[in-house]
Amino acid sequence: MIYLLFGYFATVSIIAGVFTIALRNPVHCGMSLLALLLHVAGLFVILNAEFLFAVQIIVYAGAILILYLFVLMLLNLKTEEQFLHKKYPFALFAGVAILGELLILVFQTPYGGIRGKATTEVLLTTGPSHAIGITMFSDYLLLFEIVGVFLLGAIIGAIVLAKTPSSPVAKADRSN
Amino acid sequence: MIPLSAYVALSAILFMTGLIGVLIRRNFIIVLMSVEIMLNAANINLVAFSHYLESMAGQMTALFVIAIAAGEAAIGLAIIIVVFRGKIATNVDQVNILKW
Repeated sequence: MIYLLFGYFATVSIIAGVFTIALRNPVHCGMSLLALLLHVAGLFVILNAEFLFAVQIIVYAGAILILYLFVLMLLNLKTEEQFLHKKYPFALFAGVAILGELLILVFQTPYGGIRGKATTEVLLTTGPSHAIGITMFSDYLLLFEIVGVFLLGAIIGAIVLAKTPSSPVAKADRSN
Repeated sequence: MIPLSAYVALSAILFMTGLIGVLIRRNFIIVLMSVEIMLNAANINLVAFSHYLESMAGQMTALFVIAIAAGEAAIGLAIIIVVFRGKIATNVDQVNILKW
């Protein structure tokens, strides 16, 4: 059963990823990106990361993708005749070659490492959200604060960039 | 139990899909979407290792990656709006003012 689920989520996310970069209409690309994000969220459930599953759907599919679609429709980009670079076969060839190399490496590597304390039994007794909350506010508290400051900077930067610049005439009117 | 290499291979395939998208597409917004695909591939990798090594660190890092991705999307789209408003271009290869 779990093999079936993994196969479904993996296949659909790869197909949606290829559609995202291959479709002509940008809105269709956004829709296939949505399919990709939802199926990656499904993979998180298989991996016992329920909190990340919720965050993935709320933040990625709910906020970031809506932002993309909003800007896409606001700018009203028309579908172009030439939507790829002229020399794209070179990039495609290089990408596929690197992918083949990576896959050879992936299947030959012996994986291993130091195991932590968050075993499946512990997660099932306390719940994954509880474990992630305890970790976030003990070991990763400084990182959490830094991300808060980063997000504040991002908000201010986005507002400053997207603000309509006032013309010199309007400025002169205001000073009078 | 699904082997860890299956997740890592899936992550590699998705990452290279995003990288090829960044390289071949001309539209700004699609390039940013390809960057999102690459960030998602990295997240799959982190969560898979977190599950198989029974540690919380991978999930925490994935959480921070999602937060950074949100900031990146906001700033990137604001820059796109500025470039579009100045009637400079909507394609990456037409933006050649910032040369040096």
